[in-house]
Amino acid sequence: MSIDLSQFHQVFFEESFEGLDIMESSLLALDLTEVDAETINSIFRAAHSIKGGAGTFGFMQVSGFTHVVETLLDEIRSGDRDIKQEHVDLFLICVDCLRGLLSDLQAHTEPDMAQADELKAKFEAILAGTEAETENSAETNAVGSASDTPDQTETAGQSADSDVKGWKIEFIPCEDVLCTGNEPYRMFRELQDLAEAESGGSMKVVPHLEKLPEFSEMHPEMCYLSWTIFVYADIELSDIEEIFEWVVDDCDIRYERLTDAGQASDQISDQISDQASDVVVANNEIQVEDKPTEINAELAEIEAEKEVVAETPAAAITSATETEQTAEVESEKIPTKAAKSPTKAAENTSIRVSIDKIDGLINMVGELVITQSMLGQLGQEFDMDRVQRLQEGLGQLEQNTRELQESVMKIRMLPISFAFSRFPRLVRDLSKQLDKEVDLVMIGENTELDKTVMEKIGDPLVHLVRNSLDHGLENAEERTANGKSSNGTITLNAYHHGGNIVIEVKDDGAGLNKERIRNKAIEKGLVSEDETLSDAQVYDLIFQAGFSTADVVSDVSGRGVGMDVVRRNIAELNGSIEVTSKTGEGSTFSIRLPLTLAILDGQLVKVGEEVYIFPLVSIVESIQLEKSMLNNITGNQFVMQLRDDYIPILCLQDVFNTGAEKKDLEGAMLVVVEGDNEKVGIVVDELLGQQQVVIKSLEQNYQKVDSISGATILGDGTVALIVDVSGLNNKPLEKNSDDQTQAA
Amino acid sequence: MATILAVDDSASMRQMVTFTLKGAGYDVEEACDGSEALGIAKTKKFDLVLSDVNMPVMDGIQFVTELRKLGEYKFVPVLMLTTESAGDKKMAGKKAGATGWIVKPFNPEQLLNTIKKVLG
Repeated sequence: MSIDLSQFHQVFFEESFEGLDIMESSLLALDLTEVDAETINSIFRAAHSIKGGAGTFGFMQVSGFTHVVETLLDEIRSGDRDIKQEHVDLFLICVDCLRGLLSDLQAHTEPDMAQADELKAKFEAILAGTEAETENSAETNAVGSASDTPDQTETAGQSADSDVKGWKIEFIPCEDVLCTGNEPYRMFRELQDLAEAESGGSMKVVPHLEKLPEFSEMHPEMCYLSWTIFVYADIELSDIEEIFEWVVDDCDIRYERLTDAGQASDQISDQISDQASDVVVANNEIQVEDKPTEINAELAEIEAEKEVVAETPAAAITSATETEQTAEVESEKIPTKAAKSPTKAAENTSIRVSIDKIDGLINMVGELVITQSMLGQLGQEFDMDRVQRLQEGLGQLEQNTRELQESVMKIRMLPISFAFSRFPRLVRDLSKQLDKEVDLVMIGENTELDKTVMEKIGDPLVHLVRNSLDHGLENAEERTANGKSSNGTITLNAYHHGGNIVIEVKDDGAGLNKERIRNKAIEKGLVSEDETLSDAQVYDLIFQAGFSTADVVSDVSGRGVGMDVVRRNIAELNGSIEVTSKTGEGSTFSIRLPLTLAILDGQLVKVGEEVYIFPLVSIVESIQLEKSMLNNITGNQFVMQLRDDYIPILCLQDVFNTGAEKKDLEGAMLVVVEGDNEKVGIVVDELLGQQQVVIKSLEQNYQKVDSISGATILGDGTVALIVDVSGLNNKPLEKNSDDQTQAA
Repeated sequence: MATILAVDDSASMRQMVTFTLKGAGYDVEEACDGSEALGIAKTKKFDLVLSDVNMPVMDGIQFVTELRKLGEYKFVPVLMLTTESAGDKKMAGKKAGATGWIVKPFNPEQLLNTIKKVLG
């Protein structure tokens, strides 16, 4: 039977990555002054599982590498070695290295073993160090090899002997052999199989009953018998030893070569007559004679049974009761399917869902089915008297649908700790690199967030944390000079607020330097020298493209990715970012994101014949235009004064070239929306209702359209486009900047 | 058909073992750690128990010790799934009452051969 092991690979990779995460977080949590045994144990277990799995599923590179890691961990675990900082560092590098190897293997590419080999050599050096240091382990090693060698030479010597015709085995089991589930009978059966595999091979078992106590003293769980076994076949000793492998340590087993068949049979008769002469009571003699035949009979019986089993499996199954059969077939099929589907699935497409959520879902579906059957019945025999009940039923259906929707959404929700988990390591490595002392505090790790949003927020978060560490926090001397504790603190905080999740990245550093930002902005031509800006406006400058206040581009945060990219990434998720800061006390970046990308609270508006949807979060207000508010600055670009601000006015007819007739701006309905911290007024013909809409990708079904983030299907079956407010916002801005460059 | 209880904290290992054994016609149940396995073992009697050694909550050694205390499992074969490097673990397993061991890494054929030997 051959089984395709690759069907288990996906599960193996998933659990290995999980194991590596556990290793990493445990290593980071390790307090070297007071090492927690359970933490070491869990690190060891993770490495151990990866090694075992890798070996089983044929990833020898990984198992070979993990072996040395595991060995060192084992020494630490068993107290043979104290764990040092250098070990922790090395283990952490190994975690990264293993991640790389496994990712390569998962992607079916040959992994690069250069780093692994280098690390392996380092581990081997450390491991070799012990043997030199502690004599004990060297000694045990020597003993081990010493006991190994003679055995091997003996075996070799024996197998070289061409006269070998069989073996005489003295088997004296320990009394409690049965209590470990080891049945001597099983070993005889194996021996017989082994002997009979040779042509003309046979076996004889002679029991010894001397130790059998009086019946009254006999303990039923004890084994009082011992045996002499004659195997007449040319078998390797190692094959026989293998049969007794599990009991060799606590039983007395001696092997003796039988050089030719004649001598062997002589020996048996000697043996038997010896025994017979020893036995005084006639009863016993009978038993002695009986026992071997009994065993032989039993062996024959087993043999027969085996044949029956081999011959009739099909018959046995068909004769089985139907229920049993289906149950069995089903239980066999399910794991096959379950095991196969992940192999097809690409990376990261699976999700772990708690049973509670699934149960909730099933419950909900049950409710839905009840409502459906109720409505179905109502429809079959409907008359107008039952309108009331129909309405009730529809109300119930609406509720069911909403609850079902919520539960399905919950399935995609994961705790933010998935995104946070990488930060302890990141902060540790970075603070080392920057020579700063930093504590990381994480709050609200169980706050849930849609999986897709989570995946996309990872990089911006990393950038923010890097930025806070590099630019936000001062070094220890500066901090102490300013009367702060030498350790800086970075706080990651996540919480739900309305339909959004807010993630804060907070540092207790020097705070944003308004003067420097302003000067830089002037230098870059982003603001003019005589412009007065509010604090918020100054802070907002750091999100402008091409803005960087660091005088020297550092290795850590100067990676060519500015805050403008962070803001853009977040805007793509329909989210926003803002920063608050206090000189000397630190800065806080707050990211606000929708909980899910699949559903949106929208405002439906009508422009010409088209229905558009604005995300509700982006709407600031809706007003009626008055002539006094209107201004025409450049060409046909209208702006309006809204309190202290001037905001551009857009007609969607122009943006999307729908060709629909434009109404007079005066008295028109205007929806003021905000995206990318820029406001824009959009002229609409009519404000329709607000509703939750399911976002369908336009890109997948049609093609990417500027200023449209997606589409949805309305209750009457028509398609409505969802307006991408920040995309819309960039349009007039681009135009403006073009104008500026042209003017300059 | 013989019933087997497979205990391992690694999901891929459990899947592989279960798939192999079910394919060979055995009736298999799984547990993720010793404590869960002990609970399952109390509900019905298995003909053979396969257990990993290194597991969270309750490891294989402790599991076998506890299992042997149950009257029904006094003589039931218990095989430890262990790695070759762990020679001392083998002995600890035996001391706790394990019947024998299967050395990791093993392939499905090796697993089946060993189990056939034990169950006959």
